[in-house]
This record gives sequence, structure tokens and C-alpha cells, in this order.
Amino acid sequence: MSTANDLIHLPAADLAERLASGDVSSVEATQAHLDRIEAVDGDVHAYLHVAADAALERAAEVDRLRAEGDAGLGPLAGVPVAIKDVLCTLDMPSTAGSRILEGWVPPYDATVVRKLREAHLIPLGKTNMDEFAMGSSTEHSAYGPTRNPWDLDRIPGGSGGGSAAAVAAFEAPFALGSDTGGSIRQPAAVTGSVGVKPTYGGVSRYGAIALASSLDQVGPVSRTVLDSALLHDVIGGHDPRDSTSIPDTWPSMADAARAGRREGALDGMRIGVVKQLNGEGFQAGVTQRFTEALTMLEGAGAEIVEVDAPHFEYAIAAYYLILPAEASSNLAKFDSVRFGLRVNPAGGGTVEQVMAATREAGFGPEVKRRIILGTYALSAGYYDAYYGSAQKVRTLIQRDFDAAFGRVDVLVTPSAPTTAFRLGEKLDDPMAMYLNDLTTIPANLAGVPGIGLPIGLAPEDGLPVGIQFMAPARADARLYTVGAALEGILEDRWGGPLLSQAPELAVATAGGTN
Amino acid sequence: MAKPELMDFDKALELYEPVLGFEVHVELNTATKMFSDAPNFFGGEPNTNITPVDLGLPGSLPVVNEQAVRYSISLGLALGCSIAESSRFARKNYFYPDLAKNYQISQYDEPIAYRGSVDVELEDGRSFTIPIERAHMEEDAGKLTHVGGSTGRIQGAEYSLVDYNRAGVPLVEIVTDIIYGAEKDAPELAKAYVSTIRDIVIALGISDARMERGNLRCDANISLSPRGSGILGTRTETKNVNSLRSVERAIRYEIQRQAAILSAGGTITQETRHWHEDTGRTSAGRPKSDADDYRYFPEPDLLPVQPSAELIEELRAALPEAPALRRRRLKGEWGFTDLEFRDVVNSGLLNELAETVAAGAAPQAARKWWTGEIARLANAAGVDSSSLVTPQQVAELIELVEAGTLTDRLARQVLEGVIAGEGSPAEVVEKRGLAVVSDDTALLAAIDEALAAQPDVLAKIRDGKVQAAGAVIGAVMKAMRGQADAARVRELVLERAQ
Repeated sequence: MSTANDLIHLPAADLAERLASGDVSSVEATQAHLDRIEAVDGDVHAYLHVAADAALERAAEVDRLRAEGDAGLGPLAGVPVAIKDVLCTLDMPSTAGSRILEGWVPPYDATVVRKLREAHLIPLGKTNMDEFAMGSSTEHSAYGPTRNPWDLDRIPGGSGGGSAAAVAAFEAPFALGSDTGGSIRQPAAVTGSVGVKPTYGGVSRYGAIALASSLDQVGPVSRTVLDSALLHDVIGGHDPRDSTSIPDTWPSMADAARAGRREGALDGMRIGVVKQLNGEGFQAGVTQRFTEALTMLEGAGAEIVEVDAPHFEYAIAAYYLILPAEASSNLAKFDSVRFGLRVNPAGGGTVEQVMAATREAGFGPEVKRRIILGTYALSAGYYDAYYGSAQKVRTLIQRDFDAAFGRVDVLVTPSAPTTAFRLGEKLDDPMAMYLNDLTTIPANLAGVPGIGLPIGLAPEDGLPVGIQFMAPARADARLYTVGAALEGILEDRWGGPLLSQAPELAVATAGGTN
Repeated sequence: MAKPELMDFDKALELYEPVLGFEVHVELNTATKMFSDAPNFFGGEPNTNITPVDLGLPGSLPVVNEQAVRYSISLGLALGCSIAESSRFARKNYFYPDLAKNYQISQYDEPIAYRGSVDVELEDGRSFTIPIERAHMEEDAGKLTHVGGSTGRIQGAEYSLVDYNRAGVPLVEIVTDIIYGAEKDAPELAKAYVSTIRDIVIALGISDARMERGNLRCDANISLSPRGSGILGTRTETKNVNSLRSVERAIRYEIQRQAAILSAGGTITQETRHWHEDTGRTSAGRPKSDADDYRYFPEPDLLPVQPSAELIEELRAALPEAPALRRRRLKGEWGFTDLEFRDVVNSGLLNELAETVAAGAAPQAARKWWTGEIARLANAAGVDSSSLVTPQQVAELIELVEAGTLTDRLARQVLEGVIAGEGSPAEVVEKRGLAVVSDDTALLAAIDEALAAQPDVLAKIRDGKVQAAGAVIGAVMKAMRGQADAARVRELVLERAQ
């Protein structure tokens, strides 16, 4: 018998094996995670909604199917999973962290959620996020911030701070996130977890509440590279309901991750350090760990090359025109007419007045800021100078990637310029907040995949530092191989996963001890 | 509202040159909507033919209807347009409750079809070439019902209901270039143009094209240029023009209205105008400025539409006969005189006639019914003839006359029954008991009675004054309440005289 403590610390891959062997039941695994949530989420606040009863029911159903010898159960059947609140779920509210969608239960599942259910995973609940995924700290959630399990006074990153914190606090083995400019990779970096933004079009966006349609991508968050790969294999693939979904068939990401643990996996791999994002000017501990990681990669047989990406320095500027422009249009549907919050002005009003009152009350300040910015950028007379120029920069950045990938197999950068900052530290300084996504934004602009994984703690503050690899579009598998290889080297050095060094969280109740 | 001043039409034309432009919206009759798999069926219980996509629910995404793309290409080709190798959808952003997403997905700077022309014929047989700027794909909006006001319009209403069944219905918008040189033919040309578009989409089978149902909608732009000035006037855009007749009337009205204002030293407001079928006037809608800012940008949820050259050629090869060529062919086949044929075309009844002939009726009989009695009834009711009866019903009616079951007079009564919704012609005959009395015994009884009342008639006939039979025939027809074949009655009367 395993203790509940064992179960919550197991990677999803290991838990899946235990479930398959009958050593552990899905009800036990699910209950262990629900107990953990009960115990620590009062402090962490990773979840906006916990579906305990539904999760246990589904878990019992999987246990029953397994007892009957159901051959149709997938490799992850019975493993619990957390879902970012940006994804539509039939049986749980889907708010995208916004007051304007408080309590809204969609009449349909996002394609990725449907796939989770079909693979018999157990959704535990919905995780916190910056409102409509706008932010890098989860402080812009209308439902209060999530806290970093490494230090509860610090931010867990954003927008997907809830998913990253849930995984880092052992409140779920893995989770779904969404990444528009770094919302999976930056939280992974500051919580010591793994996160992947797949190739644009690799995972369906149907049912993901849109921030910026041309940038958004759903992806996995986990504690190990293999776990992200396993989840990616479940959610990936063509979806006829998403016109931007790539019709190709994809190789197994899990196989690619396992290949990374083989001897010589990095032999001859050409890894490009982006001159413009080489860690210079970043927090000292970030630069230090990054440099060490490069040395390890080289030591494992990789060739480190410096590549020039001259237009990356304009990435943030272009991103903060394209994103608000698309968001201003995507968020127009929140008008109180068909769903969500409705605020009637005192004494009634015209439909325009009701729409305005609803949006005034329902949207937070960051959302309003970006709607105004985007509306301006698309306005006649400004379109060419702003949106038009930003699209040109986007093309130039794509060309920089093309040129770089002509020379190297993957690109590498730190995942974020700093470790986790303190709650409130950058809340009043949007530009400082935006700069957190300096290294992650180029991949979204170009549609290429990126993986972030932990490479140690910064000596000055003892907080996690992450590294990011990027590959050409459709070469997601390569990222899992490189990521798993480096992860293996690091774990050998650390004597286990980095997260085992995280401080113990205070336990609120007696739950979870059996 | 004071009756607006109108200038005499001919006088207006002396002073100003009318400049035209049309935007015709065609609802495609695809099985599903433009961007969702909801049934493309407007009507029925409100908000039943909808999916999360049509409601613009968070997370939903559009997917382009391939059939709608094929239809749009066919229409573009029929309008002589080039088909874009790559065309794109854009978002037209504005807040309105019938627009679920608060943006309309429409093609903007990259339409699927561009630069074409269409030849239209005027009543006197002259042909006029209308330049086509573009034809592009877009989605329809939902329908608002304003409740609580007296007019059914938004002003004064207490609240409004939204039906999204129509939201997402596929549309093609056909936009003409500026049309110069129509002169006094402008009203007629407008009608002929819309009629030609209707003929084309019906021939292609891509739309039900019923104007009264909104399948085909025409926004008519018109401005007046002072003679000799070379300056374009300010235009108005007249909407809610729901029949071919209205198109013609609305253009004529706007020319007269604008001319009166301009000649009095006034200025035309750039605005939409709402056509009122009942009063035959237009009224001011919303101001429309060229600076309306819809913040168009490429729709990021959709890929460019890139039809293969093979598909385009396949659709080109499958195009039906062009309406002008078809007209020439049908005129020959039917053996109509120029005047007869033009009468049919000008009544906008060519398709009805063709279908009636296809259903078995003789061309002349079909022409007589459509341009005669049916047109008269339609005119009286202020509707298009095609909305009253179907070609199949007319063919059936004609067949009943040919077979001697009905006289023309009876057939007109049957037609009224059919229009009143009493069933097919045969059913109306049955229900109303209108069949011709073909039982000679009954006719002879009536004849004998009439002869007894007019004893001198037989003698006159025997003296060779055959026309004297007329009085008896009239009496018999009256006695039979018209339900007798006059020719047969005449035969029988003459037999009696022998």
C-alpha cells in the first residue's frame, strides 16, 4: 500500500503504471489529491473550482472499467488532472478568471477537455489565472491571486499561475494551460515545473476562451518532461472545429521524451543561443544557472552555437499591438445579451447602456487597458502604423527563426528574466510586468513550439530558474527529447527532482493522512 | 410628417444626372450555415437552429462552409468576375445585439470574386452593361423584434427580442461599381439589374431568391450630379426594398426627392433611407459616413480561402446558360413575338413561365395566365406574382382548361381559390364544385327551357341567322352559372335547329 503522500508526489507516468498494475485505485489517487487540495489550497489558491464529487465518481468508474478488464482504457486512465479556467467544461464553471463570466457553465466541452475525458483522465477542477489570460502573475484574477508554493509571498507567474502552482504544490500531477505569450512557460519557470507551448495549430483551440486567436495555444504543465509529453499526446492532433488546426499526424511526444533519457541523446544536437536573449542583463542567478546548463548540454555532446535574431528586440512592442487588437475584438462578445454578467444601470437603459455598465463592472483594469489599446491600434488612420507595422515585425521575427533553424536544431534561452517576484511588486507597473515575457513571446509570434523546465535555484534568493528550448514548427517532439535529456542530467546532479527541494507547505487540516 | 417635396421626374433629369450603385445580398441555400453546422433554416421557433458558434459563445470557433465557397465561386463566375487565388475573411467590428460576436465575419479587402460585369436588358430591348466591383462572402445577423412600441421599430419600444436562427446564414454581397449613364432609365435599370441577379442565382440553384422573404436584398445607392458640373453628389443608400417593383419605385422616388432638395439650394445628407412600400416613400435611417470605423482586420480564426484552379474550372464548366442567351433561346422555342416576349421579361416572369412550360403547359397559355390574370391579382395585392402561385399550379390549371374541365371564367375562380390557399387547382374544382357541366342531358334541358322562352330564335337560325343563337347561349350559360362550355352549348343549340 502507498501512503497518500506517496501518491501525490508521483509523476503522472508512474501513477499511471501503478493504476494499470492495480497497485493503486483511481479513487485512492483522486482522493489523495483532493485531500492535498483541501490541506494546502487555502494558502496557495491554485483552484477556482474543485469538482470533488464528480472526480471521485469518474475515478470509481475507471476503477470499475479496469476491474472488468476494459482494453479501451488509455495509458493515463484514472490519473487526475487540473484544467485552466480558460477552457470550457460542461460540468464546471468556466470564468477565465473574470467577474463577467462568474458562474457561467458552458453548454459544451473544449476539444482538449473532451479528449481528456475520452482518455479517462479525472478532472479535479479549474485553476486560477489572470483575467482572460492577461498577466504574468495571476494577480489580475478577479478571484484573488494564486501564491507560489516556493514562497507564498511571491507570484506563481501568469497567466497560468494556478495550473503551475497546483502542479508544484502537488495538488495535481499535471494540468492544462494556455500560452499566448508565455502563460505556460513563465509560470513553469518561477514554480520549478515543466510547461510546453505546442506548435500553433498542434492542439485544438476549440473551447479555449480566446485572448489573441493568432497567438493562443493550449499545452501541458507538469513536474516532469515525460508527463507533459504524455498529456500532449492526449490533447494534440487535428480538430475539424478549429480551422487553424494542423491536419498532420504527429509522432508520439512520450516516445520522444523517453528517447531523451537514452545515452547519447544529445550527440551532435546543434543548440543555438539567441544573442539577443542570452541572459545578459537578466537577474544574476538566472544568468548563472543558464550558463551552467549550457555547459552541461555541451558536456552531453551538444554543440552550442550563437545565433543572431536581430528582430527579437521588437517582439514585445509588436506583441503588445497584435494581442490587444485581437483581444479587443474577441472580448466584444461579453455584452450581457446571451450569457454571463448583466448589469442594468439604475433606472434601466438602452442596450448600449446595459452593455457599457456590464463591461464596466465585469472587466478588470488590465482587461480594459488592453481593450482600449487594441481598439486604438485597429482604428482607421492608425491601423497601418500600429497593427500593420506589428504584423510586419512578426514576419521579420518569423524570418529570424527560419534563418536560425537553418543553422541549429533548437534554440535556447532562459525561460524568464527573473525568478518569482513578490506579490504587488509590479502590479502598478504594466511595462515591468510585460517585460517578464521577453523570452517567451517570440515563439508565439512565430507559431513555433517551446518547452520550459527547471535548471536549479538562483543562489541569491533560492527560487527556481527555468530554461526554454524552441524548435521549428511541427518539431515539438525534438523539444521533449532535448528537455528530457537535460532533465536527466540535472536530476542526477540534484539526486531527484528540483521540486523535492521546495519547502513544505503548512497543512490546514488533518485530511490526506491515511 | 409633412409630405416631402418631389420634383417632376423629367424635370429632375433635365437638371441632374442620376448616379447609381447597388449592393445586392444573396442568401445562399446551403444545408448548413456559413461558419457552423447549424441548419441553414430561418423561421420556426426562435433560437432553435443555433450552435455555440452562432451564439458567439466563449471558446467557439468558425469553420468555413465549403459548399458556400463553391456557390460563391459559381456566382462570381456567372458575374464574369475573376476568382481570387487567395481571399480572406476579416472582422467587421461593431456592437449590435443581433450580432452575436459583436463583429461580423465578412470579406473586406480580399474578396473571393472581383471585377466583372453583367448585361441587363431594358423593356425596349436595349442592353446595358453593369460593372461589378466585387462579390464577397459574409454571414447574416440575427433578427430583432422590438416589443412595446406602436411602429414595431426600435423607437418607442420597451424591449427587444433576438432570434439568432438567421445568425450565420451564408450571404454573398454583390457590389457594383459606380454606374453612370442610366439617365431616365435609372429606375427601370435598377429593376432590370436586380431581376437579372435573381435570374442568375436561380439558374445556379444557389438561393431561393425570394425577395419578399429577404433571400435577395437590394441596397440602392443613388446620388445626383448637377448637369455639366462633373461633380458627384452626396449619395443615399435605400434599404428595405423587398420587391422588383419597389426597386424601381424607390429609385424614382429618391431622384425626385433629392432633385427637389438640391434645386431648392439644400444639401443631401449621407444616410441610409428606409423604403416604405405602403406610402411609396423613403424615410431617414441612420447617418452613414465614409468614416464609419469598423476596425476591420484579418479574421485570425480562419485560414485564407484558396480554391484550386481545378475547382474553379470545374465550376466554370458547370455554369448554366447565361440569362441573356437563355432568353434568346426560349423566345425561339416558344415562338413569341418580340412584344409578347418582352412583356414576359419585363414582368419578371420568365422563370415562372419557363417552369410552367416545363410542367407541361402550352407557352401561349402560360404567358396569357402569368401576364394576365395572375399579374392583375399580384398588382392589386402589391406583391410579386411568384409569391401567389407556383408554376406547377398554373400548369395544372391550364391543363384543366385544355381538357375542357374548366372554362376560362371558371379557371379564374379556381385561381382565386388556389391563391386563397384552398389547395391545388383540382382540389379547388372539387371543393367549390366548379367543373364545367359536360352532361349533355343537363345542357339540353337548359337549352330547351331557353328556347321555350325565346320561341323565335329557332326560326331565325333556320333562316340562316346563326348569330341569333347567341341569345340562347347566353341564357344557358347564365342558367348553368357559367359552368358550361359555351362552344358545346352552341353546337347543341344548332343541332336543335336542324
